[in-house]
Order: sequence, then structure tokens, then C-alpha cells
Amino acid sequence: MKYFQRAIILFALVLGQSLPAADSPRAVITRAILTEDATEQRALILTLIGQGDEAIEPLLTAWRSDSLFINKSEGTAIPVLLTPDKDAAGARAAFRVDNGQPLLDAAGKPLRLDPGTLTAVEHTSGLRRAMKNVLDLIDLASPDLTKRIQAIQIVGQTQDATKLVALQIRLPLETHPRALRSLREAVALIQLKDTRQEVRLAALAELKALSTLSSADFLKRMQDEAEAAKDAPVAEAARVALLAVESHRGVVDFLGTIFRGLSLGSILLVLALGLAITFGLMGVINMAHGEMIAVGAYTTYLVQNIFGEGIVIPFFGLSLSLPGMHLTGWAYQCYFIAAVPLSFIMAALVGIALERGIIQFLYRRPLESLLATWGVSVVLQQVLKLMFGSNNVQVSSPVYLSGNWTVNDIIFGWNRVFVIGFALMIVFGVWLVLTRTSLGLLIRAVMQNRGMASCMGVRTNRVNMLTFGLGSGLAGLAGAFLSQIGNVGPSMGQAYIVDCFMTVVVGGVGSLPGTVISAFGIGITDQSLQQILLNPVLGKILVLVAIILFLQWRPAGLFVTRSRSLED
Amino acid sequence: MSAPTNRRIEFIAVALVALFLIVVFPLLNAHGLVSNFTINLWGKYLCFAMLAISVDLLWGYTGLLSLGQSLFFALGGYMLGMHLMLMIAELGVYAQAGKNPNLLPDFMVFLGYTYLPAFWRPFYSFGFAACMVVAVPGLLALVFGFLAFRSRIKGVYFSILTQALTYGAALMFFRNNLLMGGNNGFTDYKRLLGADLREPATLRGLYIATAVTLLLVYVGCRMLSHTKFGLVQRAIRDGENRVLFSGYASSHFKLFIFVLSAAIASIGGALYVPQVGGVNPSVMTPDKSLEAVVWVAVGGRGTLVGPIIGAISINLLKSWATKEFPDFWLLILGTLFILVVLFLPGGLVSLPARAKALWKKYATKKPAVVTEAPVPVQKS
Repeated sequence: MKYFQRAIILFALVLGQSLPAADSPRAVITRAILTEDATEQRALILTLIGQGDEAIEPLLTAWRSDSLFINKSEGTAIPVLLTPDKDAAGARAAFRVDNGQPLLDAAGKPLRLDPGTLTAVEHTSGLRRAMKNVLDLIDLASPDLTKRIQAIQIVGQTQDATKLVALQIRLPLETHPRALRSLREAVALIQLKDTRQEVRLAALAELKALSTLSSADFLKRMQDEAEAAKDAPVAEAARVALLAVESHRGVVDFLGTIFRGLSLGSILLVLALGLAITFGLMGVINMAHGEMIAVGAYTTYLVQNIFGEGIVIPFFGLSLSLPGMHLTGWAYQCYFIAAVPLSFIMAALVGIALERGIIQFLYRRPLESLLATWGVSVVLQQVLKLMFGSNNVQVSSPVYLSGNWTVNDIIFGWNRVFVIGFALMIVFGVWLVLTRTSLGLLIRAVMQNRGMASCMGVRTNRVNMLTFGLGSGLAGLAGAFLSQIGNVGPSMGQAYIVDCFMTVVVGGVGSLPGTVISAFGIGITDQSLQQILLNPVLGKILVLVAIILFLQWRPAGLFVTRSRSLED
Repeated sequence: MSAPTNRRIEFIAVALVALFLIVVFPLLNAHGLVSNFTINLWGKYLCFAMLAISVDLLWGYTGLLSLGQSLFFALGGYMLGMHLMLMIAELGVYAQAGKNPNLLPDFMVFLGYTYLPAFWRPFYSFGFAACMVVAVPGLLALVFGFLAFRSRIKGVYFSILTQALTYGAALMFFRNNLLMGGNNGFTDYKRLLGADLREPATLRGLYIATAVTLLLVYVGCRMLSHTKFGLVQRAIRDGENRVLFSGYASSHFKLFIFVLSAAIASIGGALYVPQVGGVNPSVMTPDKSLEAVVWVAVGGRGTLVGPIIGAISINLLKSWATKEFPDFWLLILGTLFILVVLFLPGGLVSLPARAKALWKKYATKKPAVVTEAPVPVQKS
């Protein structure tokens, strides 16, 4: 059976190339319908292999299910497709096979025909087989790139030798580089099953050149089989090819790790930036910084619900009802764009309230402000739990953040790319604020010498408040990002807060470049150790140990703010 | 009041309280006037009081806010826990089912082990386990403290680093392949030194042991704080650079006090574990350290009575609030903490002095009330 099919296809190939190639699939099918000779009919149909025209599938399916008819009128025979919708008289709408348009009568009106009055188009078993061959492989030429690549990969993975010819037909026709790569891989994978040694060797060489990750399992199996069969050259070639794939995998993993490290570093960066600003200015470690992240993330969640169906929040016996705007499509997808500034504002407001309410009384007692803010963190967590429940809430990713780019097998998630880009923008923005605005000037003045700034007429209280708002707002922004990457829950801040403190300590307090470098450094180290040890927890612990040892070498962090004061 | 009288009053007060806690309370329990549950609960509170003293030794007396005390507390518990796990022996679930010929702790059988790992073996001996209770946390504190104080890490940096240390250790203990019970930790103890841990008499004995240990810790710390060492300790808190320039190696003092308080915390943990019947990694999270800091802050830092009062009162409040308002306990704790930090930096023990000061203010404002004797100057 297999060989029979292959013979047909090969025959069709030879025949097909002798036929005029410029015909459209519709024209080919029309011609096949009108041809009386069964062999030629089959040959014509088989020329459709490797073509991805959308017309092919419905027409051939209709042919096989007896829905194609020949309408003979005024001496011309026109093949038509009748739709299944029958009217009272048993007539059905008719479409021409050759151009897909409705069949018109002399007056230019669509004709409805009764199948009983027409001749159905015949099909022999050989023809049906030929049609099945065409239909089986039609996705290989689908105009939709994703579908095409998927179909090619499936054929390759199943190593179905009967489909080799179809793939080989496609090889010269394929233009897209990614699809072509998949095609070459699929051909080579199928050829691994070939009985001839030289073909297998050639296939192995091809796989080595391609180094696709998906071929690793096949190469491994090939190597094992060849070793079992004492086929030294093939085993050696398989080993070499496998090595190539593994080294490619190494490169992919390495770059992927760097990329994930960069995105984790970006989050840490935005978080730690806020902390560095508040700590640098006030000498206060804000233990509630993690909850500012949660505030930002929950703001994103709220905005998403307001754009959608609305939400009811239970709050100390009251139920706070927020009406939804019931948006759909793109308008709904834009929620994230609205959520980003809102989460900044929300967290900034909470931060300002915290500064005015508690921290401003504790500037002389840094250790106690650490404790008071821990109290705030406990309260905020519990409030969030009471309002939104202790389970994680669902924040959907907008479409423009949920795709990915695959470059040379490395997956770049759009959300992570977005996070990296946005973090860099924020760093730039913060740098602008600190160095180019009058607020920034005041912040730096108060940072350097609070007493002196106060003497010069700077309203340090106001500057403190705004700075704290800025720092908290940045945490809120980070929360909005995190809602796209991780879970949103009442205790989400806790997972990041320790890393975040570490970043500030390693970077050096109040130093922007130090924070940037240490955030990316810790992010990349963390991800690489996870990759190498295959164990996230051990990686984290090693990072902590590394940081403690690092501080032996540079106790004040990477970039030290020089000061003549003894206590600094 | 002269200093000797003051001291005598203090001695009598401590002796009375100790007599009540060590003798009267267990006697009441033995005669059924105090329930077994209550005495067990108080045993726990007294363990917490030891943890609080260890926090206070560092924070109140030396100015080092360590967020790693819960780690030492839990480590002490784990060390004794290992011994207790081995003592379950033939009473374990797997052993009862005949699937545990080598009498391993149940969780190891569950993980597929058939032989006891080497580092577990010495824990068959109670003496060894008791030594480890002090040695392991002490050694960890020694190494960490040496590194931290050598690079002169202080203030909030020290807090952050100890927090990170605790966080990292908790992550490690959550893992199964550390062979310390993973998520569930150690539970289901049966006996300690041959006594059945479910017997009221055993629990009463544990309670008495805890109370006596607390008394010893209190007396020891009280004596230490009145030596020259204690003075240097407080001087470090108030102005480390001056101490340094006066020729004291302040880091040695800090290291000693760090190791000492780690040992105190871990003894507290070791006494805690058999009384609650288990230990798991959630005991060593940084949050637990912060909770202990709350006890000290509420009770009054820089005193030795304060932490004990704080630990007991907050935990009484917790036992009551978690039963009555489970949703609001954390709100209460957080708010209480904020209020204490803001308005009562001296804690509960400073209340009498404050009330006295208020009364004085009130009294002096009223011209009608003329105090005959001059108001004695309050010693700060």
C-alpha cells in the first residue's frame, strides 16, 4: 500500500512536471472534472500536492462527498458545487468550480439547480486515494505560516516515509526561512529511517548543520540504534550531530537565562530604585515597600475589572461596588495602559499617607521606623486579604503583552521585553527628575545635608513627603509589571522584599548607578544559578551567601557616597 | 530610696514571681485547679519570653536589631527535634505497619530512605542533642557575626542581613532533601528521656524546666548587665565610635553578645518544641523574628522584665484574639505595634514612670495642691 502510494506520487511528479504548471488549482480541478480518462484525472489531481490554495480543500471534499455536478447548458459543460441548503423545490445554490462565483443565468441572476437533473461527477477509488494524498499534505503549503510550520513539524516528528515526497516537492517552493528550516529538518528526520547508509549519513550531516533542538531525541535514538547495530560511521555521525545540537542548546539556554535575568533584574531595579531613594533620603528602610508592590498590582487588577465587568469588594462589612465599563476588544485591552499610571498614583498616595501619618515622627530613630513600617506592612497585608481574599487574583495579560518572539530558538516573551524596556525608561525618567528638575535638586540637597538644606529655606517636610511618594509610586509601578509576570496575592511583596533590600545594600545607598548594576547583577546571577543548579531555592541561598561575602569586600556597597561624617 | 533598698525590692519581687511560676502554678495544676492546657500554654509563653530576652540583649542593650533570632530559636528546636524523632522508634506509623525495619523517622521512610544518614546517628544520645542545641546556633552566630562585625555592618544593614540569613535558612529547611522533614518539619513526638510526652506529668515537668531555665537566664543576664561588660555593651549602643576610640574592640563585645543571645534563643526553642509537639520551617521565617521584636518593644526594651512581660501579654492577647477575631488579629498586632513605637517607646514597663510624670505635671499645675516636700528628682 505504502509503495503503491509512493509510486502514484512519483508518477504524478513526473507527469505533473510535463504539464503546463501555470494553471491555478481551480483550473486544474475543473480540467480534471471534465477529463474522461481516469489516469489523467488522477495525474491532474496529484499535481496539486504541495500547493496551499484555500480553494483546494473544499472542492476536493465536495467531490468526494458527491456535491460536484456538471451543468450542461447551451452546449457548454460547467462544473458546479451545490451547497447543501435545499429549498422547497429541492433546488440548491450553485457555485462555479473554475472561479468560485455563483452560477448565473442569461439575465445575470444566480441560478438554483436541482441535483436530480444534473450529472454528478464520478470518482474512482484511485482518484479518491489521490485526493486523500493531496488533502493530507495540504497544510504543508498552507498560506498561514504558523499552521504550515506546525504541519511540517508534525510530519517530521512522525517520520512518515510516505510523506517524504511531498516535503521534497515543497523544498524548492518554500520561501520563508523558518518554514524552510523546518522542512529541511523534517526531510532529514524522515531520511534517518532510510535503509541506505549514505542517505542516513547525509541526513545526519543535514541535522548537524541545522542543529534544531527538536531533533535531539531522534539523534539520541539513532545513535543508540546504530551502536546496537555496530554501524560505526552512522553512530559517529549521530554523535557529532548530537554534539552540535547540544552545543546549540547550551547557547540557547545561556542567552535565555541572560534574558530572564535581565527581566528579573529590571523588576528588582524598579523596586530597589524606590527603596534606594527613600532610604538614601531618610535613612529609613520601609518594610512596607513590598506592600506598595501589592497595592500597584491590585490597582491593575481593579482597573482591569472596571474596564470589564465591574467588581464588588467587601470592606469591613461594607461592600464597595465598582461599576464596570463592559468594554471588549481593543478598548478592553488598553486597560493596562491606564493601569500603569494609576498604580503609580495609588501607591504614591498610600506612601504619602504613610509618611505623613507615621514615618515623619520617626526620622531620628531609623530602627524604630523600620519596625513601625513592618507594623504597617502587616496591617496592609491583612487589609488586602480582607478586601480581595487570601487567594491570588487573576490578572489577564493584554494581547500585546502575551505573545513572544522566537529568534534562533530563544524565546523572548513580549511581557519580559516590555518590562526591560520600561524599566530602562523609568531609570532614565528618575535620573531626569533627580538631575534636571527643581524637585530633584531639593531631593539631592536634603539627601546630602538635611540640616543645611533646612537652613537654606528648603521645606524638608514637603520634600520628604514627595520623595516618599515617588519611592512608593515606583514600587507600585513594579507591582503593575509583576501582575504580568507573576502571581498577584496579598503577600506577593514578601517574595521580593528581601531581594530588594539586598539590591540596595549591594548597590550602595543613594547611588543610582549602583542600584542599576546591582539589580541586573543579582537578577542575572539568580537566574544563572537556577539554570545551573536546576534548583531555585539553592540558587537563592547561594546568592544570599555571595552577597554577605561581597559585603566583606565592600561593606558600603558598590558605590559609596563619600562623607566626612563619622557616623555615615 | 537608696540603691540597696531598690535592689532588695527587686530581689524580693523576682523571688516571689519565680516562686509562683515555678512552685505554686505547677502545684495548682497537680491538684487540678489549673488545666493541663493552661500550663502547657504558659510553658510556651515562657519559651517565647526567652526568645524575647535574646532579642532584647541585642536590641535593647547593644543596639543591634537582629531579625535572625527566630532562626536560632528554630534551630535549637530542630536539634532537640532530631533526638525526639529518633526516640519515636517503634511507635512510628511505618514501624507499626512493619515497613520500617531500621526504625527511621517516618518522613525518611516516606522519602524512600532505608538507612539513617550519618549526621543523624549521634542524635540517638540526648546529651549530644542537648550540646548541639547550643553548639549549632552558636557556631552559626559566631561565623555570621564574625563576618558581619568585621566589616562593621550595623544599624539597619545588620537587620537586613540577618533577615536575609533567616529567609535563606527558612527556604533551605522547606526543602525535603535537607532531610530535616521539609515542609512538615518534625511532629508526632512520643517520648523524651523515657517519659511519655502525652502525660500531664511530663508536660508539667517540661513547664517547670522552662520556668527554671527562664529564671536562670534572667538572673544571668541581670548579673551580666551590672558588670563592666554590661556597661560597655550599653556604651556601644549609645555611641559605638566613642567606645572604639576609647580602646575597646567593640566587635568582640558584639560578637560575644550575638553568640550568647543565639544560645539563649535556641535553648528557648529546644524547650518549646517538645511542649508544642513539633517544629517546622515556618517557625524560622523573618516574620517570627519581627514578632519577637514586637514583644520586646511592647514590653519595654533595655530592661530585662520588659521582654518577659511583653512576650506573655502579647501572646495572651494573641491566644484570645485569634479565637475571637481570627480575621483581625494581624490588624490588631500591626496597629498595636505602630502605636507602641509612636507613643510608647519605653513599652509597658515605662507606664508607671509615665503615669507618675503625668501625675506630677497635673499636681504642679494645680496651685491649690501644695506639695510639702520637694519632688524627688527622677533618676533616668
